Amino acid sequence: MTMIKEGRPTAPAPVNEAHMAPATATGNRALMLEEPLIFEIGSTDTTGVDFAPAPRVASRLGGLERRAIGLPGLSEQETVRHYTRLSRQNYAIDLGLFPLGSCTMKHNPRLNEKVARMPGFADLHPLAPQSTVQGALAVIHELAQWLITLTGMHGVAMSPKAGAHGELCGLLAIRAALEARGDARSVVLVPESAHGTNPATAAFCGYKVEDIPATPEGRVDLAALKRRLGPDVAAVMITNPNTCGLFERDMKVISDAVHAAGAFVYCDGANFNAIVGRVRPGDLGVDAMHINLHKTFSTPHGGGGPGSGPVVLSEALVPFAPLPFVEKQGDRFVLIEEESAQDHHAGTFGRMVAFHGQMGMFTRALAYILSHGADGLRQVAEDAVLNANYILRSLDDVLDAPFGGSGPCMHEALFSDKGLAEGFTTLDIAKGLIDEGFHPMTMYFPLVVHGAMLIEPTETESKAALDQFIMALRSLAQRAKAGDEALKGAPYHAPRRRLDETLAARKPVLTWEAPTLAQAAE
Amino acid sequence: MRYLPLTDTDRQAMLSVIGASSIDDLFVDVPAEARLSGTIAGLPDHASEMAVERHMSKLARHNLSAGEAPFFLGAGAYRHHVPASVDHLIQRGEFLTAYTPYQPEIAQGTLQVLFEFQTQVARLLGCDVANASMYDGSTACWEAIGMARRITKRGKAILSSGLHPHYVSVANTMAKFTGDMLAYEAPSLDAATDIDALIAAIDKDTSCVVVQYPDILGRIADLTPLAAAAHAAGALLVAVVTEPVALGALVPPGEMGADIVVGEGQSIGVGLQFGGPYLGLFACKAKYVRQMPGRLCGETVDAAGKRGFVLTLSTREQHIRREKATSNICTNSGLCALAFSIHMTLLGEAGLRDLAGLNHAYAVQAADRLAQVPGVTLLNDSFFNEFTLVLSKDARDVVRNLADRGVLGGVSLGRLFPAQDAIGHGLVVAVTETVTAEDIEAFAVALEEELA
Amino acid sequence: MSRYFTDEHEWIDVDGDIATIGITDYAQEQLGDIVFVELPAEGTTFDKGDDAAVVESVKAASDVYAPISGEVIETNGALEDEPALANSDPEEDGWFFKLRITDAGELEGLMTEAAYKTFVAAL
Repeated sequence: MTMIKEGRPTAPAPVNEAHMAPATATGNRALMLEEPLIFEIGSTDTTGVDFAPAPRVASRLGGLERRAIGLPGLSEQETVRHYTRLSRQNYAIDLGLFPLGSCTMKHNPRLNEKVARMPGFADLHPLAPQSTVQGALAVIHELAQWLITLTGMHGVAMSPKAGAHGELCGLLAIRAALEARGDARSVVLVPESAHGTNPATAAFCGYKVEDIPATPEGRVDLAALKRRLGPDVAAVMITNPNTCGLFERDMKVISDAVHAAGAFVYCDGANFNAIVGRVRPGDLGVDAMHINLHKTFSTPHGGGGPGSGPVVLSEALVPFAPLPFVEKQGDRFVLIEEESAQDHHAGTFGRMVAFHGQMGMFTRALAYILSHGADGLRQVAEDAVLNANYILRSLDDVLDAPFGGSGPCMHEALFSDKGLAEGFTTLDIAKGLIDEGFHPMTMYFPLVVHGAMLIEPTETESKAALDQFIMALRSLAQRAKAGDEALKGAPYHAPRRRLDETLAARKPVLTWEAPTLAQAAE
Repeated sequence: MRYLPLTDTDRQAMLSVIGASSIDDLFVDVPAEARLSGTIAGLPDHASEMAVERHMSKLARHNLSAGEAPFFLGAGAYRHHVPASVDHLIQRGEFLTAYTPYQPEIAQGTLQVLFEFQTQVARLLGCDVANASMYDGSTACWEAIGMARRITKRGKAILSSGLHPHYVSVANTMAKFTGDMLAYEAPSLDAATDIDALIAAIDKDTSCVVVQYPDILGRIADLTPLAAAAHAAGALLVAVVTEPVALGALVPPGEMGADIVVGEGQSIGVGLQFGGPYLGLFACKAKYVRQMPGRLCGETVDAAGKRGFVLTLSTREQHIRREKATSNICTNSGLCALAFSIHMTLLGEAGLRDLAGLNHAYAVQAADRLAQVPGVTLLNDSFFNEFTLVLSKDARDVVRNLADRGVLGGVSLGRLFPAQDAIGHGLVVAVTETVTAEDIEAFAVALEEELA
Repeated sequence: MSRYFTDEHEWIDVDGDIATIGITDYAQEQLGDIVFVELPAEGTTFDKGDDAAVVESVKAASDVYAPISGEVIETNGALEDEPALANSDPEEDGWFFKLRITDAGELEGLMTEAAYKTFVAAL
């Protein structure tokens, strides 16, 4: 028998004190790779793109030729590596549960990405002759019909670029409608629990913003609202389901009262995911509601956009919708722009964007909607609400649920920091979740709850994923109640520890500048 | 349903934990009259991936895409070649399926990209600082007008006749509600820009002058005298760039004294996409940074002293400042900013100069060839990759007829300025690196036949 | 010279017809790390209760109201470079602006230091 003793060890030695993670020379930690800025690794004469030589021509630039620009380049290999390394410092839905309340971080199906990239959609110019873009106009029209039917409304403005832009669209339509009847009104009522975009939008449209209080159970105070309605109120902006995760039971009564006072109801549709296919906002008396295609209809958030915020409109507001829009005339689709508006759409409040809206989001959203169909979308709302209630009831013994007694929640569960040990905050629990491998929930919103934690699991989480999340959050709640000091240092295992936001704001460094010689010498 | 992981067994188990007997128990707060008992009538049920792909492919085939024809459209959206690695990288799930970087410890990828993007944009536009993006060029332009109002506390903006008419429309829509006064006239078919008229129009009530560079007809003017005149009157100069590739060849507005430079970044990395999503660029002088709309990313350190990045100066934003915010913008164009930044990194200064040079050279060749067609006059003395032809016929009809021949031959001024009959014979033609000599020849031949 | 306080957590030092105004130590503690102070332009006139300045921390931007009517005659330039002064020395070097008082009668409704301490203790 030949004994071979050479070669590498095949089992690790037991870990002892001497084997505790020493610092590395590079600062890297195996797969966790540090990455410098392109300005530190690139150079202005490196490029990752080859071009044919330009023919020699006499310049017609009017004598305004540019000198140095200061833009570093990288080869293709370095570029791919730079961005791949950076990508690995991000958390994402593709990695795990992303329970940001009010943000609806659901799975982004890849079919939608494939569809959006078909050259017949992606490689179209917005001003191409209409005879050459009939299929694209058909997509906009088909999606519009779905949105109208799902919401039970009369029309839809497709061009707004995001939710806040949709709010602007809705309020501008309301203002145009009021002005058309010679009824200038000055006030918009907004519940305390509203998204910050609501008051910002109303103020932008020239309205004075007044708060409507909430009841102790977390809903709009109907009596207070009714008392405030009057001839100076232009609109009431309501989020339903609201930001406490509750359905506004009195929505129809509110709408009727608002209409009786000659005002309009704007509904913030950020939370439409909870009711899609089960409730039509049109049946609740809503006059305008934006739909975040990047929430309910799953177009990717992309690290902060692009979004898309079509606004469905009631019969009273449709005549004032913005340009351009798509109309079906016989079997042709026609884009109504400034030129044809006089004949077709004289009341329009005008144009909100250069072109026709977020086509790349329309194709994705339509593919998503067709994949689900009417039955699948109803199931989306049901599973989203089921998942949120499961979280609420699995944690309300260890975390304070301020509105836990107000009935079932809709698609998000709300907790507060009440009962945590002295000095322990929502922030500590959130940062602890990072170490547990989850994205934190929405923190400190809505403002009406102290130390709010707003958890929206969405319908695309399995029971196993929810159970693991619940287990992690229970553990963190118990640590925060027990005053476990280690929690205040979390996260320990992320690419960065807690970051100094005060320093960033006091001495803003917003662009990179080459170090001075003295700095370089250090 | 392939995207929904819960099984019926799971649902039953979860309902019993909740203490509900059926899913309907969870919707009790919906008023009875608004509860739908079944699926909404008139809509189809769920469909397989294959069926959806087939349906969408069919719709896509009902379009003539830019790559299938000689293509010369511009006027605020430009067709450029986007390297394959750009689209690959933006589809990495860690970028594609991330949210706004509110938790910086696990969003350093997005944040570092935004910091690099801000620096690239500031340098390209010749400014001190840039934000993390806006919806598109037209909304960025409007936000700049609002910012100038806040800085100067004056309410009258003078818009150049060379500004994209859709940008003018957007500003007009907003101004109706904010009370800003906008001075604007449609352009005429002159080789010279309206710089002198703009200088003459500035007065003590002027908040800003808004000028496009190169302008809607492709003309290029030195903005230095305009900046000086605006500053002398206490007003700001806002410059709009709809074709950022031009700044690979041209002096940027920031270096000519513009206080705020905004732009449409679609040309770099984003693609045509039938008008959206696009990428609003927004840059300004450092002293105005706290009046800027939109998100900003800044450098800082973490608790262990390592460099890192965070969203900063967010108290200007709607979620904190509510009705006193600088803008109501929330979501921006993060993924498009990423695409722009990757493409710009691939290009680098050397590549951007090559790209700009190629665009200009092809445009010069195309302009000279098309000007030889009987019935065609070249308007411009100066241009980058886009110029205006004056035709012997109404350009709207010519464009439609060319499309029927399979040539996408520019944007007619009749479509851009429907009420302006005097300029209806104008045709704006863009020529990028994607155009071939054969395309130019095919366009010239078809145009000659149309005008005969 | 006498010092007054408001229930909006501002202090006012009155010296003849000149009032120096800043935020209280309690206010700076509630705001957290102050990162920027936006001061009014010299020559601006305020009515009592007008928005006069904005103080920004990382998490909030708060308006500072004019506690009395008057014309701004001087602002504290040091705050622009060193906003942290409003945290470290809010009631002395971290003052915000000086007003020429138009109506001294408005001082009557304001609190003394002792009254303000009682007011804060009850919050």
